[in-house]
Amino acid sequence: MSLDLPKEIEPAIELVGIDKKFGAVHANKNINLTVAKGSIHGVIGENGAGKSTLMSILYGFYHADQGEIRISGKPIVIRDSQAAIAAGIGMVHQHFMLVENFTVLENVMLGAEGGQLLRKGVASARKELKRLEDDYGLEVDPDAVVEELPVGSQQRVEILKALYRGAEILILDEPTGVLTPAEADHLFKVLRVLRDQGKTIILITHKLREIMAITDTVSVMRRGEMVATRKTSETTVEELAELMVGRRVLLHVEKGDANPGRVLLSVRNLTVRDARGVTMVDDVSFDVRAGEIVGIAGVAGNGQSELLEAIAGIRKPYSGEIFIDGKPVAGIDPAGLRDLGLAHIPEDRHHMGLVLKFEEYENSILGYHRDQRYGRGVMLDLDAMRKDAEEKIAKYDIRPPNPRLKTANFSGGNQQKIVVAREIERDPNVLIIGQPTRGVDIGAIEFIHKRIIDMRDAGKAVLLVSVELDEIRSLSDRILVMFAGKVVGEKTGDAGEQTLGLMMAGIAA
Amino acid sequence: MDYFDIFIGILGSAVRLSIPLLFTALAGLFSERAGIFDIGLEGKMLVSAFASACAAYWTGNAWLGLAAGILVAIAFSFIHGFASITNRGNQIVSGVALNFVAAGLTIVLGQAWFGQGGRTAQVPGSGRFAPIILPGTDAIRDVPILGPLYANVISGNNILTYIAFLMVPISWWVLYRTRFGLRLRAVGENPGAVDTAGISVSWLRYRALIVTGFLAGFAGTYLAIAQSAAFINNMSAGKGYIALAALIFAKWKPVPVMLACLLFGFLDAFANFMQGKSLPLIGEVPVQIFQALPYILTCVLLAGFIGIARPPKAGGVPYTKER
Ligand SMILES: Nc1ncnc2c1ncn2[C@@H]1O[C@H](COP(=O)(O)OP(=O)(O)O)[C@@H](O)[C@H]1O
Ligand SMILES: [Mg+2]
Repeated sequence: MSLDLPKEIEPAIELVGIDKKFGAVHANKNINLTVAKGSIHGVIGENGAGKSTLMSILYGFYHADQGEIRISGKPIVIRDSQAAIAAGIGMVHQHFMLVENFTVLENVMLGAEGGQLLRKGVASARKELKRLEDDYGLEVDPDAVVEELPVGSQQRVEILKALYRGAEILILDEPTGVLTPAEADHLFKVLRVLRDQGKTIILITHKLREIMAITDTVSVMRRGEMVATRKTSETTVEELAELMVGRRVLLHVEKGDANPGRVLLSVRNLTVRDARGVTMVDDVSFDVRAGEIVGIAGVAGNGQSELLEAIAGIRKPYSGEIFIDGKPVAGIDPAGLRDLGLAHIPEDRHHMGLVLKFEEYENSILGYHRDQRYGRGVMLDLDAMRKDAEEKIAKYDIRPPNPRLKTANFSGGNQQKIVVAREIERDPNVLIIGQPTRGVDIGAIEFIHKRIIDMRDAGKAVLLVSVELDEIRSLSDRILVMFAGKVVGEKTGDAGEQTLGLMMAGIAA
Repeated sequence: MDYFDIFIGILGSAVRLSIPLLFTALAGLFSERAGIFDIGLEGKMLVSAFASACAAYWTGNAWLGLAAGILVAIAFSFIHGFASITNRGNQIVSGVALNFVAAGLTIVLGQAWFGQGGRTAQVPGSGRFAPIILPGTDAIRDVPILGPLYANVISGNNILTYIAFLMVPISWWVLYRTRFGLRLRAVGENPGAVDTAGISVSWLRYRALIVTGFLAGFAGTYLAIAQSAAFINNMSAGKGYIALAALIFAKWKPVPVMLACLLFGFLDAFANFMQGKSLPLIGEVPVQIFQALPYILTCVLLAGFIGIARPPKAGGVPYTKER
C-alpha cells in the first residue's frame, strides 16, 4: 500500500486472493477486496455470483481454499464464526439465522450469555438492547417470539445480535430482499447512523438503486470474480449494470421470421407469493402464441423462477389465472398439465429435472413413466424404455451413448440434453424453459438453441426464461423484462443490450 | 379388599412402572431437543441394565452398578454421536442398529459369563437398591386416604425412584435456566443460528448425548437392580419405545414428560391388574388393549387432536453447510 493514503480510507478489511470451490462449482475465484474503515461498501452481482460465499468466508462460516484475510491491516485466521465475532465482525445472513421459537432476547443472547446461568445475563442484555434501541432506532420488543414478528423486525433482531456482540464491521447480505420500501428506508437510516459512528458496513445487494442511494464505494462481482471497484460518486447505474451482467460473446443463431398463430399460453394477473408471504410475482399478464418464442429477461431473483414454477404447476398461484389453449389450468398438478400438452424444462436440472442416481434411461422417461409405451399396469417395460432412450441418445447426440450409465456421470451439457430430449420428444404444444444452457458447453448450447427454434417453427408456443441476456436476445421473438416481480416492459427480439440492461435494473421501462 | 385399596395398589405399581419410562423419556428429551433423534434409547436401557447387573453382582455394590450402567449407556451415546453427528449418518438407522447390537451383545456376553441362557446371576441384597421406608409411615398409616397413600405410594420406593422425580425439575432448570440449555434448545431448532453465534454445533450435540446416556443409564440400572435382582434377556421389552411415545405425547417438555410417563405407567399397572379378570357386561378385556394404549394415544395426539405437537425443527437432520 502506498503511504500517501488519506486517513479516511484506512482499510478495515482486506481480502487477498480468496478462492473457494463447492465441489465442481467455483464460487469465488481469486478475489481481492479492500474495504475502508467507516464506509458503506456495496457489493453487487447477480444471483450465484458468489457474494454470499465471499461474505460467509469472511464471517468464518465457510473456509476459503486459499487466500488471506486482514483486519485493520493485521492478517488473521478466521477458523469459525467465534473468531470472526472476536475480530469485531457481525453478519446478517441472507437467510436469517434465528431460532424462531425463541424470544428476541434469547436470540440476542445466544452465544453471548455472560455466564453459565442465564439470569444475570438477561438483565444486562435487556439494558443493552434498550440502549441500542435508543441509539440507533432499532425498535423491537425483547420478549416477542421471533416467529411472530414481521420480517423487517426479524432483520432488526439480526442487526441487534451483531451489535450486541460489539461488531465494528457489519455485513448485510441482501437485507432489502424481504423488506417493504418503507422498511428499507428505515434500514438505510440505521446504516447511516452506524457509519457515522465509525462502523464499517458491507452491503450486498443486486439492486442498483440501493447501491447509488447509500454506498460510498461499490464492488461488482460476476460469476465468482471481482470484476471492478468504483467510488459510488464516480460511477453510473449504466456502468454498473453493464459490469454486473457482463458482455458475453453473442451467439449467432440462424432463425427465420416468426409466424405467430393463436394464443396457446395465456397468463392473467398472476400473483405468486413464496413461503414467507413475500410477493415474488406481482400481477403479471402476457400471452404466448403458437409459433413464437417469448423470452423473459431479468436479473436472477426478480420473480422469473416463481413465474415458471407457477405455470408448470409446481407452485400454487396466490391469485390470477393461467390458460393453456383457452382452458384455465391454475391449480392443476404437473402430471395433469403434461396431459394438456405442456412440457417444462426446469431451471435446475439437478434438483428438479433429473434424479442423478438413476440410470440415463430412467431419467429419459421420468414423469412420463405412466405412459402406455413404457409399461403395462404397474409394471415397467424396461426394454421399451431402453430402446426409447437409445433413440433419444442418437437423435440428441448424448455422450457417452449408454442408457445404463448413472446420470451423475454425464457432463452438465449432456445431462441437460437428457432433459431437453425428454421434454421436446413428447411433442408438447407449450414448452416452458428455464435457463436452458446454464453450465452447458458451447457445442451443446448451439444444439439446444436449434431444438428450441425447431419447436417454434413447428408451431409450438415457447416461453423462455434465462439470465443470459444474449440467449434471450438471440432466441426470442418478443422479450418481456421482469423486475421486482413485475413485467416492466416489452421489447422486440432485436432490442439493444443497453436498453434491456437498464430495464432489468429497474431504471427504465 | 375395597376399591380404594385396589386403587392404591394400582397407583403404587404405576409409580414403579413409570420410573424407567421417566428416566428414558428425559434422556430422549435432551437428545431430541438438541436435534438428534434417538431410537436407540431401548438399546441403551438394555445394555445399561446388563452392565449394572454385572457390576453389582461382581462388586456387591449397587452404586458401582449404577456407575457401570451409566458409563455403558454413555459409550453407546458416543457411538450414536459418531455415526450421526461426526459422520452425518441417518439417525434412525444408527439408533436401530444400536438396538440390535444391544440385544445381541447382552445375550452373548451374558451366556459367556454366566451360562444361564442370557440371564446374569442373582445380584445379592447389597448390590441392589432396596425400598426406603420414609419416616412417619407407621404414624399416619391409619389416617384415612392419606395414610395408605403415603405408606404404599409415596413411601417404600427405592432411591432411584426419588431421583427420577428429582430429575424432572432439574431437567427443566437445565433446559430453561442455564446457558447449556439455551444453546441445546437452539441447536435443535436451527443449528445455523448456533454456528453463526460462534458455538460448535458438534460438540454441543455430543454433550447433549452424554446427558442422554447418563439418564438412560439410570433407567437400565433401575430395571436390573432396583425393580429386579438380575438381568434378564430383553428386559427393556419395548420400554424405550414407550418412553419415546411419552416424549412426543408430552410435546418435548419436562413436566408433561413426567405426567405422560405416569399415565403410561398407570395404564401398564391397570393392564396387569385386569389380567384374567372380567368386567361386568363386557367380559374379559384383552390386556393387549391397555398395552397398545400409549401408542394409540400418541397417534391420536400426533394426528392433531390434542393440540399441536411440534418437534424440534432441526430434529433428525444432520448439520451440513456445503451441499
Ligand atoms: N453451501 C453451498 N454448497 C454448495 N454450493 C454452494 C453453496 N453455497 C453456494 N453455492 C454455490 O456457489 C455459487 C455462488 O453462490 P452464492 O455465494 O450464494 O451467490 P450469491 O450470493 O452471489 O447469489 C452458486 O453457484 C451456488 O450454487
Ligand atoms: Mg446470496
